[in-house]
Amino acid sequence: MILNDLIAVKEKELASQKKIVLRCCMAAGCISSDSKGVKEQLEIAVTEAGMQDEVEVRGVGCMKLCCEGPLVAVDPKNELYVKVTAENAPSIIASLKGGKANVEQTDPDAAFFKKQLSIVLANSGIVNPERIESYIAADGYLALHEVLNEMSPKEVVEAMTKSGLRGRGGAGFPTGLKWGTVAKSPGAKKYVICNADEGDPGAFMDRSVLESDPHSVLEGMAIAAYAVGADQGYLYVRAEYPLAIARLHLAIKQAKSLGLLGAGIFDSPFNFNVEIRIGAGAFVCGEETALMMSVEGKRGTPRPRPPFPAESGLFGCPTLLNNVETFANVPAIYRNGAEWFAGIGTEKSKGTKVFALAGKIKNTGLIEVPMGTPLRTIVEEMGGGAPDGGKIKAVQTGGPSGGCIPSQHLDTPVDYESLGKLGSIMGSGGMIVMDEGTRMVDVARFFMEFCMDESCGKCIPCRAGTVQMHNILDKILKRKATGRDLAKLEELCDMVRNTSLCGLGQTAPNPTMSTLRFFRNEYEELLQPDTFGAGATHSQPVTK
Amino acid sequence: MGNTAPELKQPPAKAPASHPSGDKRFKILEVHMKKLQFKQDALIEVLHKAQELFGYLEDDVLLFVAHHLKLPPSRVYGVATFYHFFMLKPQGQHTCVVCMGTACYVKGADKVVEAVQNELKIKAGETTADNKVSLLTARCIGACGIAPAVVYDGTVTPRQTPESTMEQINKWVKS
Repeated sequence: MILNDLIAVKEKELASQKKIVLRCCMAAGCISSDSKGVKEQLEIAVTEAGMQDEVEVRGVGCMKLCCEGPLVAVDPKNELYVKVTAENAPSIIASLKGGKANVEQTDPDAAFFKKQLSIVLANSGIVNPERIESYIAADGYLALHEVLNEMSPKEVVEAMTKSGLRGRGGAGFPTGLKWGTVAKSPGAKKYVICNADEGDPGAFMDRSVLESDPHSVLEGMAIAAYAVGADQGYLYVRAEYPLAIARLHLAIKQAKSLGLLGAGIFDSPFNFNVEIRIGAGAFVCGEETALMMSVEGKRGTPRPRPPFPAESGLFGCPTLLNNVETFANVPAIYRNGAEWFAGIGTEKSKGTKVFALAGKIKNTGLIEVPMGTPLRTIVEEMGGGAPDGGKIKAVQTGGPSGGCIPSQHLDTPVDYESLGKLGSIMGSGGMIVMDEGTRMVDVARFFMEFCMDESCGKCIPCRAGTVQMHNILDKILKRKATGRDLAKLEELCDMVRNTSLCGLGQTAPNPTMSTLRFFRNEYEELLQPDTFGAGATHSQPVTK
Repeated sequence: MGNTAPELKQPPAKAPASHPSGDKRFKILEVHMKKLQFKQDALIEVLHKAQELFGYLEDDVLLFVAHHLKLPPSRVYGVATFYHFFMLKPQGQHTCVVCMGTACYVKGADKVVEAVQNELKIKAGETTADNKVSLLTARCIGACGIAPAVVYDGTVTPRQTPESTMEQINKWVKS
């Protein structure tokens, strides 16, 4: 494949485009509400109306407003139908000839959509994730061509540094610096790994990206591999995402058949192969050293760093590890230029961030906003506030490693530093809204139970500490704890945070600490008076 | 298998061509391993396939895998017990997986689990005595937009309540 072939594919795809396109969401959320049946009936209705030559029914990825699924969008009429059933299909097709369909609609220009800025999700809900031609028609693989033909690996790394992109997995490490370190590490064999082990409960951004636009991740990985000098990549995906795995397999096959992956990409000496590795349900495998153990087919236990994966990673070779959203940003950065990307967001946090908005909120779904957008805009304007006129109490970000941000801090801009100051983290992008009915001690116990179950057991502070903290939280909820238990809980939080081996243990106390910081009264209301000799006992270990 | 380690048998000098039981599924598993070039780092992939074929991972299957990948049985057993996805006990005819991710939890998934536990008199992770229904919980299936979600025999179903869940389960129980 050379540039002209790529352009030919694009032009052929655009030329075959029909006048009217019905985009039908085929991501996991909508499929569970029978969007497959909707798509089938739409196709039948088009045939029955004899409109095959002017109407295309296209299965696309996530259209973001998941709570209203299945969604069907009509181009170019700019209509968005919600909660569509298979029976609605004839009515929608009839409306194409004039008139109105008797199906619930939503305003595609509402704040939920208008306030978004799509880079990662630009193709989501537009292209057909099961056809590479559809991705190429949206300028896909153009960035890879430019990088391979017009830039040296060093220039690729420099451009990444200039763009200011930071890792979207949670910690926010500068991507350019990471790429540069792996590129400089000596070694003939290097690896690129994409972390698609989205373990945070309440987060589904990576699932949506993989289901909606798998090629953008593959293209991003290929560019990264060229920059660091790797020829082998692994995609580590959770087993809980069967649809994402199927679409990735298909995408890899298609890219290989067009010569966009494999040996001699774009007739250059650059080779890059990607293999999929399926996880098996272990949260700790989101930690980079544990993930590499799992890719090697071992128990996913972390190890101390250094050596960092950039120096000695998978099979002892220098390894670049980024998450799905980070890789999905890459093609756009090289297509539009590093300056363009650096112009979006705040001074220290560039670009956009995808969030999975869920919980007690009217509009649940996926949103992508520029860094620095205030939480209030996300929750109240885009999310529509709490349902049924309830009051929002807190927003939880960062999953079991993050914290709860109370409503009085809703004006905080969303960027790495601001969230960190509030004792939370950006995390991978799960955002759970909680209303007045949610008890914060219960939330703290929920996350502690999660960390307790998911602790791999390698280091003692995490293995034993999470059990003890969970017991105290449980005791508080059962109204059997005293002030001394609370003091012990805080002491344990500090100890586990400072002495655990990996990120799981180091961040396990975060939800407890942040709820203690902002909702201490809820803990204190549950405490018993501190009588001498009572209540200060050590909590019993749990026998499993 | 429970919590006891499998008997440590010495791997035979040469791995058997297939399983002495003559069960065809072992043959399929062997072909799959061959496709992966008997690579030791493909252990998790192989175990996924084995679970797909057998429904769960019994001692015999684990030993079979260990012999063919030339890995110590302890290593195979260690991996199989480390990951939540691998089942060491047989499952019921039907499985009901309740998502207990944060979004589902704040929207009442715990009440769904509670209802099923009370109704079937089993705990999460267990199977009914008649072997009809297994109740499981998931960490997060990423269907947060349609919370609370329940997976009935592999089909994700949106916005579940204790009532709708019991309705589905009663259909299974009566069948």
